[in-house]
Amino acid sequence: MNRVRIGNGCGFWGDNLDAPLRLASDGQLDYLTLEYLAELTMSILAVQKAKDASAGFATDFIDVLTRLTPTLKAQPRLKIVTNAGGMNPKACAIQAKRVLAAAGLLEKKVAVVGGDDLLPRLDELFASGHQLNHLDNGSSLSAIRDKVVSANAYLGAKPIADALERGADIVITGRVADASLTVGPAVHEFGWNFDAAHLDRIAASTVAGHLIECGAQATGGLWINADESTHLENVGYPIAEMLADGTFTISKPDGTGGAVNIETVAEQLLYEVADPARYFTPDVTADFTTVKLSQLKPDVVSVTGGTANGITDTYKVSVAYRDGFMSAGTLVIAGPNAATKAHRSGAILLEKLKQAGFTYAESRVEALGAGDCVPGIVTATFNPPEVVLRVAVRDPRKAAVERFTKEFAPLVTSGFPGTTGYTVGRPPVREVFAYWPALIAKSAVVPIVEVV
Amino acid sequence: MPNVPLSEIAHGRSGDKGNHANVAVVAYTDEGFAWLRKHLTAEVVAAYFAPLGATRVERFEAANVRGLNFMLYDALAGGASRSLRTDTQGKTLALALLRMVVEWEATPPQPLP
Repeated sequence: MNRVRIGNGCGFWGDNLDAPLRLASDGQLDYLTLEYLAELTMSILAVQKAKDASAGFATDFIDVLTRLTPTLKAQPRLKIVTNAGGMNPKACAIQAKRVLAAAGLLEKKVAVVGGDDLLPRLDELFASGHQLNHLDNGSSLSAIRDKVVSANAYLGAKPIADALERGADIVITGRVADASLTVGPAVHEFGWNFDAAHLDRIAASTVAGHLIECGAQATGGLWINADESTHLENVGYPIAEMLADGTFTISKPDGTGGAVNIETVAEQLLYEVADPARYFTPDVTADFTTVKLSQLKPDVVSVTGGTANGITDTYKVSVAYRDGFMSAGTLVIAGPNAATKAHRSGAILLEKLKQAGFTYAESRVEALGAGDCVPGIVTATFNPPEVVLRVAVRDPRKAAVERFTKEFAPLVTSGFPGTTGYTVGRPPVREVFAYWPALIAKSAVVPIVEVV
Repeated sequence: MPNVPLSEIAHGRSGDKGNHANVAVVAYTDEGFAWLRKHLTAEVVAAYFAPLGATRVERFEAANVRGLNFMLYDALAGGASRSLRTDTQGKTLALALLRMVVEWEATPPQPLP
């Protein structure tokens, strides 16, 4: 293939359920990528898998795949690459096969990429000197070893390319770097190797993957200058059309809303980046400061020049561990001096709990509408007619957090006038899974590719 | 010189990396970028965001897109997993920074075609 069109129809688990279908049907794609795993998703999936050995993957994907089967019939060459496998890519693949079989698509080959799950290997890894110390502060993981619920290495594009090499039509992975979902197909289609001769091109495709991995964020979503004329209600999801030299364009299907311009692409280029000259992925360390953007025509931006800045000998590891419980509830406070009353209402709520014998490891009161989203920085320039009171607590004791959820309703009668909005009942209590980033030698992790 | 919000000079976007936030600011013009480079230092941004309690602020340049990228370390009160803030992921920080009032005098930014 001398060019490849890769579209990303899902930027996170919870993204629009129709976007993958619209993108696949209108995008003239070679590959549809679907990204489901945020930093914390794996811990939630790990807990699900612990309760049910056939669970632990992004179930939205099965729904999307079911509805995609007519498109897969109409476009027999369309391939799908997704990290929907989460903590259990094999179970996800088995369900995907069932969906395909039910639609008469028995010839479709589904491959699984695994080997990222380090939880069963933790003690073996410790014993052989892989300490998984905290990336930021060097703390030893041994302090929280018994609370760990998941530990996954971010794998790269190589096993995805290997799966495609083996004829897979659908590749379902566990934890891989988001950009690698795009790099894998490019490596496969263009026959690149992970050597010095191809590293700049792998870096360029990493730029492409980074730009499209968050879905509509490249095509007008979150754009500072979006307005009603941007028609975000009909936003088109992003397509990277790449050439064998690594240059590519970013566009979206014709006739969709949103916008692809230098501003939308530049904002996304720097999104969730630390040093733009060193964007670390398992495939390459990419230099985003050599990227050149130019508007080719409306809603088509050409991207050239992303280069490699070396390659690391480590994978990033994301560890999640149990860290108590939290809950957050809201009420609306209307009337004069609403923000002041909201803060007092929050203080009353916490004082009542104190009288009942409950103080919390951490608590927070916000008056939303009065600038508390970025506390102490943005202040309201007028006295808002109403604000949302939000109170949140975190504590190791579940019972203490449960007691907190029962203290909102009393404010409706014993608080200030204008207290309202108690219609959804008590807020839920959720377990906190704290995030622990680490590195591990690539030699200690073996990616596994399996055709199901 | 007139006082204007930073949004007259630049646009931007922010997000999270664990408990750290990144705030990217992209100038509309070369002239604006030169101003940002000179005036929007890591120290200025650290002072502006002081109430967030970041342990340090580091500035990176992406001159190719007229961009400055600020890393606000430990600024998210625990990050997406355990922060009690509404904005656990720092999504609103770029908008907050673009409200900063600065002394700026230049030709106004050109609207997009």
